[in-house]
Amino acid sequence: MNAPASPDRPNDYTAYPDADGRFGDYGGRYVPETLMPLVHELDAAYRAAKADPAFQAELAGYMRHYVGRPSPLYFASRLTEHFGGAKIYLKREELNHTGSHKINNCMGQILLAMRMGKTRIIAETGAGQHGVATATVCARFGLPCVVYMGAVDVERQKPNVFRMNLLGARVEAVTAGSATLKDAMNEALRDWVTNVHDTYYLIGTAAGMHPYPEMVRDFQAVIGQEARQQVLEAEGRLPDAVVACVGGGSNAIGIFHPFLNDDGVRLIGVEAAGEGMETGRHAAAINGGRPGVLHGNMTYLLQDAEGQIEEAHSISAGLDYPGIGPEHSWLHDVGRATYLTATDLESLDAFKLTAELEGILPAIESAHALARIGDIARNVGKGGVVVLNLSGRGDKDVATVANHLGMQI
Amino acid sequence: MTKARIDARFAALKAEGRAGFVSYVMAGDPDAETALAILKGLPAAGADLIEVGFPFSDPMAEGPPIQRAAQRALRKGMTLKGTLAAIAAFRQDDQDTPIILMGYTNPLVTWGYEAFARDAAAAGVDGVIVVDCPPEEADSLADALDAHDVSLIRLATPTSDDKRLPVVVSRTSGFVYYVSVAGVTGVKEADAAAVAPHVERVRKASGLPVAVGFGIKTPERAAAVARVADAVVVGSALVDEVAAGVDAGEDVTPNEDVTRRVLTKAESLAKAVRAARRIPA
Repeated sequence: MNAPASPDRPNDYTAYPDADGRFGDYGGRYVPETLMPLVHELDAAYRAAKADPAFQAELAGYMRHYVGRPSPLYFASRLTEHFGGAKIYLKREELNHTGSHKINNCMGQILLAMRMGKTRIIAETGAGQHGVATATVCARFGLPCVVYMGAVDVERQKPNVFRMNLLGARVEAVTAGSATLKDAMNEALRDWVTNVHDTYYLIGTAAGMHPYPEMVRDFQAVIGQEARQQVLEAEGRLPDAVVACVGGGSNAIGIFHPFLNDDGVRLIGVEAAGEGMETGRHAAAINGGRPGVLHGNMTYLLQDAEGQIEEAHSISAGLDYPGIGPEHSWLHDVGRATYLTATDLESLDAFKLTAELEGILPAIESAHALARIGDIARNVGKGGVVVLNLSGRGDKDVATVANHLGMQI
Repeated sequence: MTKARIDARFAALKAEGRAGFVSYVMAGDPDAETALAILKGLPAAGADLIEVGFPFSDPMAEGPPIQRAAQRALRKGMTLKGTLAAIAAFRQDDQDTPIILMGYTNPLVTWGYEAFARDAAAAGVDGVIVVDCPPEEADSLADALDAHDVSLIRLATPTSDDKRLPVVVSRTSGFVYYVSVAGVTGVKEADAAAVAPHVERVRKASGLPVAVGFGIKTPERAAAVARVADAVVVGSALVDEVAAGVDAGEDVTPNEDVTRRVLTKAESLAKAVRAARRIPA
């Protein structure tokens, strides 16, 4: 079941997943039998919604007037000048309502949940950005919401827990296992299997069982669709590289997907190297893991020699996950995308640099991508263009950053 | 030898006119030696079939008791290899009691399906239940198990409607495990009256005996289900005895107090199951 040694490059990268939810060897529907009929029901409902112009029009309306799309594509002239390489553009997803790209997916899925007649929403969250976005759309449409969050993350992301509570969501602190995002996802799946009759599981990243990786990607692809058009308007050409941080990988696949068939555009994901790849304390599933099955899909995972899942380590709660979306695993194997890493310390430096030079506090997740942007811009060189997905804002991270700088706030 | 053991056991139960008692225990819980002593003691305590869980770090369909059992086993270093070694040791004394392995996909992917099927059959495993491997993903595993005459036992659930049931029972043998409640193990309580028509549907669709599990904790509940099902599975209630023994006593290996607690509980459940059809509800 290991990844093929020399996979074929497809003619159309956007033709995946197949009907079984597979991106090459990756993806699938590895869920308990109780959930299988629901997974098929969700797949059928999503396919119908995707093809329904009324659904798409309703979603587009909320994206414009509630989320605040399109988000700007901003030329970061001082970062560009600082690195002395290609022009750096930032796709400003942090300006969306709730402060990250997560709302794009939540808006799509909540409309789908209501279309399916579901009356209760559950979600998992790591940093709390997806939890906040889910709580937000649940408040907007008047649906009860339970968010599962690892107890460790509840502790390090207190402001987001309070935000969710203000929005009317119940936050369940998960103490099982390592008490982080993977355990929150286990607990959400346990809730779903127990409350199948009325509950919709609003997964926050492009991972999990089919059709979630496809569906979340489609809802996030608005990022890349806009960015592609915006960079063409600004520069009259496609970029040389598109860069994004990768945990589960929803912001990355969202910006990558519309560029998949543009052969000249390099797609670069940045995984969290935590305390350093050599320490083993990281969250880089592709760079430090191997294929396996967790949370409904076959994908690259951090695991030991026996197939037990290992804990991820990252300063960023949003990247602190031992897996990655299956489409990224496939794009890595076929060589269409490249996956680099950035450590906690490199990301903190990038966080500070972006604040000082551009007046933007990036989410510590997005700061991982920013940590590699200098190398990439210099590698592409002057006259080139790179686009980075600034997936979230860093207000939620100021306490973490202060802590690492040895300050109390 | 393998499928044959399950078929022979259900044929014998039918001849006796009673339901079977299936006990679930986690390999290596609370430690390898104690768990093996429990395993070896279960047939005498009245277990007609035995399910042996192999631990996984992220058991998404389990409630807290079996989650904690897996954690205890992993902390003591239990592996899939160690689980098969325990079953091989059990087989030295017992050639008749069917053993069903139960767990999650990833340790099997790591081992490799072919090698796993070969080694499981050699250890004396009769059937395998993989909780997160539905029929849609099971073909390559089923091929490997078929080649070694090991049954792939399927789970039917309250959500298995008439459209779904034929998919669930495809490529299966031995028996079908009916999950009596929508939920995780060991939390909600099974209702025998509600379960009865589903057992009949699954029997009809599969042509196989039906074992019922999830949410059966007491001898009374086990007896009620034994009146309508071909076998009754109890897991969390036995695993709870391990937890109680570990909490109550010292951390010694082998832990004889834990062994005694689990086997005593198994005996009371087995008695209730065996007597169920002789004593009207």
